[in-house]
Amino acid sequence: MTATTVDAAGPDARAAQRTVSTATWKAAVGLGVVLVLYALLLLLAPHEGSARFALSTSTDFVVLSTIVVPAMATAWVCGAVGLLVLGYAVVRTRAGRRVPTWAIAVFAVALLVGFLAWAAAGSPRDLSVVGLLGGAVGLSVPLVYGALGGVVGERAGVVNIAIEGQLLAGAFVAAIVGSITNSPWAGLVAAVVASALVALVLGAFTITYKVNQVIVGVVLNVLVIGLTSFFYSELLVPNAETLNSTTRFERLPIPLLESIPVIGPVLFNQTIVVYLMYIAVPAVWYALFRTRWGLQVRAVGEHPKAADTVGIDVVKARYRAVLIGGAVVGLGGAFYTVVSINQFGREMTAGAGFIALAAVIFGKWDPLRAALAGLLFGFATNLQNVLSVVGSPVPSQFMLMLPYLVTLLAVAGLVGRSRAPAASGTPYTKE
Amino acid sequence: MRLELRGITKRFGALVANDHIDLVVAPGEIHCLLGENGAGKSTLMNVLYGLYQADEGQILLDDEVRTFDGPGDAMAAGIGMVHQHFMLVPVFTVAENVMLGHESTRAGGVLDLDSARDRVTEIAGRFGFHVDPDAVVEDLPVGVQQRVEIIKALSRDADVLVFDEPTAVLTPQETDELMAIMRQLRDEGAAIVFITHKLREVRAVADRITVVRHGKVVGEASPTATDGELASLMVGRAVQLTVRKDAPRPTESELVVSDLRVTGADGQVLVDDVSFTVRGGEVLAVAGVQGNGQTELTEALVGLQGSVSGSVRLDGKELVGRSVRRILQSGVGFVPEDRSEDGLVGEFTIAENLVLDRTDGPPFVRRGALQLATRDEFAREKVAEYDVRTQGIETRVGRLSGGNQQKVVLARELSRELRLLVAAQPTRGVDVGSIEFIHKRIVETRDTGIPVVVVSTELDEAVALADRIMVMYRGRVVGIVPATTPRDVLGLMMAGVPPEEASGTDPENEGDVA
Amino acid sequence: MSGETPRPDGAEPDGPALGGTTPGPETPEPGAPDLTAPDLTKADVDPDSPLGEAIGSVDAVAEPGLAEELEQEVAREAAPAVEESGDRWRDALRRATSGGWAVALGAIVLAVVAGSILIVVTDENVLASAPYFFARPADTFAAIGQAVGGAYSALFQGAVYNFGADSFAQGIRPLTQTLTNATPLIAAGLGVALAFRAGLFNIGGQGQMLMAATAAGWIGFGVTGLPFPWHLLLCLVAGIAAGALWAGIAGLLKARTGAHEVIVTIMLNYVAFYLLSYFLATPGLMQAPGSANPKTPPMQDSAVLPPLLGSSYNLHWGFVLSLLAVVGVWWLLNRSSAGFAFRAVGENPKAARVAGIDVSRTTVLVMLVAGGLVGLAGTQQVLGSVTTGFSVDIDAGIGFDAITVALLGGSSPWGVLGAGILFGGFKAGGSAMQAAQGIPIEIVLVVQSLIVLFIAAPPLVRAIFRLPQPERTPRRRETRRDRRRAASTGTTEGGRA
Repeated sequence: MTATTVDAAGPDARAAQRTVSTATWKAAVGLGVVLVLYALLLLLAPHEGSARFALSTSTDFVVLSTIVVPAMATAWVCGAVGLLVLGYAVVRTRAGRRVPTWAIAVFAVALLVGFLAWAAAGSPRDLSVVGLLGGAVGLSVPLVYGALGGVVGERAGVVNIAIEGQLLAGAFVAAIVGSITNSPWAGLVAAVVASALVALVLGAFTITYKVNQVIVGVVLNVLVIGLTSFFYSELLVPNAETLNSTTRFERLPIPLLESIPVIGPVLFNQTIVVYLMYIAVPAVWYALFRTRWGLQVRAVGEHPKAADTVGIDVVKARYRAVLIGGAVVGLGGAFYTVVSINQFGREMTAGAGFIALAAVIFGKWDPLRAALAGLLFGFATNLQNVLSVVGSPVPSQFMLMLPYLVTLLAVAGLVGRSRAPAASGTPYTKE
Repeated sequence: MRLELRGITKRFGALVANDHIDLVVAPGEIHCLLGENGAGKSTLMNVLYGLYQADEGQILLDDEVRTFDGPGDAMAAGIGMVHQHFMLVPVFTVAENVMLGHESTRAGGVLDLDSARDRVTEIAGRFGFHVDPDAVVEDLPVGVQQRVEIIKALSRDADVLVFDEPTAVLTPQETDELMAIMRQLRDEGAAIVFITHKLREVRAVADRITVVRHGKVVGEASPTATDGELASLMVGRAVQLTVRKDAPRPTESELVVSDLRVTGADGQVLVDDVSFTVRGGEVLAVAGVQGNGQTELTEALVGLQGSVSGSVRLDGKELVGRSVRRILQSGVGFVPEDRSEDGLVGEFTIAENLVLDRTDGPPFVRRGALQLATRDEFAREKVAEYDVRTQGIETRVGRLSGGNQQKVVLARELSRELRLLVAAQPTRGVDVGSIEFIHKRIVETRDTGIPVVVVSTELDEAVALADRIMVMYRGRVVGIVPATTPRDVLGLMMAGVPPEEASGTDPENEGDVA
Repeated sequence: MSGETPRPDGAEPDGPALGGTTPGPETPEPGAPDLTAPDLTKADVDPDSPLGEAIGSVDAVAEPGLAEELEQEVAREAAPAVEESGDRWRDALRRATSGGWAVALGAIVLAVVAGSILIVVTDENVLASAPYFFARPADTFAAIGQAVGGAYSALFQGAVYNFGADSFAQGIRPLTQTLTNATPLIAAGLGVALAFRAGLFNIGGQGQMLMAATAAGWIGFGVTGLPFPWHLLLCLVAGIAAGALWAGIAGLLKARTGAHEVIVTIMLNYVAFYLLSYFLATPGLMQAPGSANPKTPPMQDSAVLPPLLGSSYNLHWGFVLSLLAVVGVWWLLNRSSAGFAFRAVGENPKAARVAGIDVSRTTVLVMLVAGGLVGLAGTQQVLGSVTTGFSVDIDAGIGFDAITVALLGGSSPWGVLGAGILFGGFKAGGSAMQAAQGIPIEIVLVVQSLIVLFIAAPPLVRAIFRLPQPERTPRRRETRRDRRRAASTGTTEGGRA
């Protein structure tokens, strides 16, 4: 027994050391590359002038004055901060230790501020920080819900390429039901049901008929696009007044919290669907990792046969997870037609489902990280919006491309290795 | 709890996997179910565990007829199973695995991990070993994983415990420890079913032995029966594993392996500075418990391992660092350990599989185009020569029996011009008739004057084929000894004891090792 | 233990996997893509032999030894079966009904029925007559008949032959339009099918088409002075190469880092989309001079694929290129050593690797060829179908349609040809239907995706049409019944005991 322990520890220790050292250099090198690109941008395309950051709007409880900074100087200072972090990362790596997440966060924020200063330089308009962040929260709602739903399904072993279709179905049905009933709540519930229905089809084909999950997902997206567009042309366009004009959820400022500078208007002057999201993210995490249901879901996603041999009904567990995931995605779908705007438009989700899928992977199948990835992608999209208002020199298309590029780097292992649930993608065959 | 199986019959179509099997296991007894691979032992236990439903017969627990619709029912009734392929979720902790399926929860379905941890520690403590309840299962050594399986079964208060081929992945030492655990369980009053095909283990631990062959109970035996008696019951005829071969006639050709080291993806050293030489016309058998680096060694020889250092010289030419294709081209024949995974494309026809590694030029490929006529003629020839039982060369290989599949692999590899043959587990899962045929072919290949490396975890096979035996343990070579070395010495070597020491110890003490 | 911890099931997560199961592309009959989990002991044994049944029901038996024994039994029985081939006809009949074609046909019928329901429930006349259905049901039925009949007659006349036309030359025009639509569908479908056969999932048709269109189009309008065939050829080569390279990125990432090609190709779709958007929106790059629209100038005549049947039809030489591609892919897959390696890697990458096939290289190569084929589709779009300048929607959803085409075609080149023409017909007929009956063309998407869903789940289609299930399923049902019987007898006897 003793011999086993000692000997097993030997190679294990060696293994640990190796893995750490390679992973760490990856981080440092990554930071270095980003920093070089950043410096090149500043050198090759200097923007003189000053940048104006507005930290509040005139209607806010606490009105902060607009900050005006010299653009290039700020950009370089931020670059210097980045350089410091890089140096710290190199030192840590030399010592054979990991680069802490906070360092990477500091690096990212510094370069982002510098980039914004550079981009907003010389613009007569203020760059509204509240608008940037608040808009990002808004844009990321469907992404976060989509990613959460995707995580639940994949944790149970069912890959969900059909998030896009689920969002679209949710948005469509929410528009109709919301318009007929004049109640955004009814629309919200209807979206949940519609999205769960798409999930049911996904489940029936992948779990019961064991059809390849990617195929079903792709085809379901086409099916939902076809159905919603068909009914949109046949029903919604001719009856726009009665069937396609919803009452939206009102913004619901939360007293006190709302009056915190910057954060208040960004986070706590939102609609109920957004507040639900604040609850849903930790709730899904807690359910997956702390409850009996979550343990069983993860078990059928990792090793369904083992789950079966301890008496867990794999098929039932997977159906349940897929349906719950679908319902969560539905909340995001409702966002389009009962929060964002008050009517449905053809293919209005415009690929958000695929960004959500990217967030699932970028977030390493973890609800919190996936939600953060969704926020990040929402931020990138809104950054593009804001920059185009300020009149930034970066083509909007490249900003829009960003989430996809980042995900590409992530799946290629350049931004940390991710590991999918072992049985995700494989149908379970009993007997 | 007393377990009784009465007239259990399980059919798969026309095939009777279990034919009116009767079995009684009393509390406080280790009942050994002995039989060859495919004799129907596992089917019987899957019936008991609720994974299959018997077509006829009854399962009685304490004289009460029970039916199990699934493993859940069986577990609720007090039956626990230690599966051959562990049923553990690799990324879960020990505690999570143990509680899975019967989770104790606090209000609102929240997991009560603390009680699971306590349960793990308590059960492990009973058997005098320690398992960290928060360790992630995939990080644990195989032997410890098996203990987690046992704890899992015991945590559900199993009174009947089924061990399905539990020793296949264990070292002799770990096997001993497992047997101690089994004895303790027996003494605590559990009824234990021990499924195995290894005779020595049976005699070491069993209180009663039931031998199964072709789905039928063919007899009972006492633990005092000799190996020969048990074996002939099991196989149905006198076992003859000796292979007729002449003394080796060494040639000039040779394989020289020096300081070969294979490192796994996560930095583990899987083959640890291995050096050996095989002369032409000689068979070197690599023996050892499964998972001690033999697989990685053979894969390194043919270039299938990524991180390899050291040198492999075949007739003076260095092989390390070359691509698989180049190594095959330089005359290395390779029979992989897992033929259906690594050796054959199941959906391809026999003809296609026979040329699988020969598509880089004439005669089967000319100017990028497959030469179908040449290929088919070749295939027909080889099917006849190797006596592959099939409808025709267009049959998909996945449909063939294990023995016939292995003949296809062998036919493909031996029909190239070889300078070295590496065969890993050449007769695993192969019927007795084909075993003889395959052994004969391997010896014939040796007699053409090339070096042959055979890996086998079946000591009998290694002894039968070898001119010399190399024993591996934890990636290292324990020693290279003549084929005439006594089995008990080889057994000790398989546990890591160097040959000098192993041959020095008193063989009397080693009765239940190996 | 040397710290070696073999996973109990031997399963190894290969990369951040999405789909562990590769789409089972190797199909016995064209038109029957076996999309279910790979079935190890799928036996072609005479279904009436009890052993055939046995094999069928033991498909996933936990005990390998037993399955092996069964196989041995089969092998032993197999030899005499060669002599008595009298059952061949019965066998053929069984294949015809339980096999691929019946299921494919059934799937198409089901999807068309579903499409009819959509038409009916949104038809104004039907809706108008429905309220008094119980008073005058005939009205409703007449309205239904009219709606559906009108729709499908329009579909047929728009896709095959227009009976209302004055001359044959006019009447046959819809068929040529069908073939025109089919042209890129076939090429892109081949790209997806080829990847399927090598176990790769090419969802990136959209991105590959966009990049191909970008390259071919840019040269098509931007390069001046090259004479006709050479300019065209240059555009073709550039387009195909661009598609190949774009898909090659996915292949390279898969081979090098294990990144799953499904995710990578989806992400690359969007990258390509925004890249082309940028080019189109930027004056001096691809935007037509003097225009504010994100659209290119028209192609030069020297770069356009000439019409195949004279200038009165849209059908262009791209169709011939697609046909050549079908033959080429057939040869590649079935007669070439490269294709042999593709298929080996698709069926069993581990065995392929052991046999000396460089799996990484093959993966990259497959994606290059697949991307090239999809690139051909993109090139055909800009040089054949939309020669007056294109915008970012030039892919027209063909990249995704190609997936359905490949699935319907069973990933075989000839199947893809058939499926491509069918879907091309749907597209042509759909437009005609929209024009004549006011039925939105999106119904084609619905029908198309339903066909693929149904085809992917043969048991569902068989159950609906009561086609004979292949030997496996009824047997399984029977065993369940047997079990229940066994269980119940067990309990009653237990009561006595």
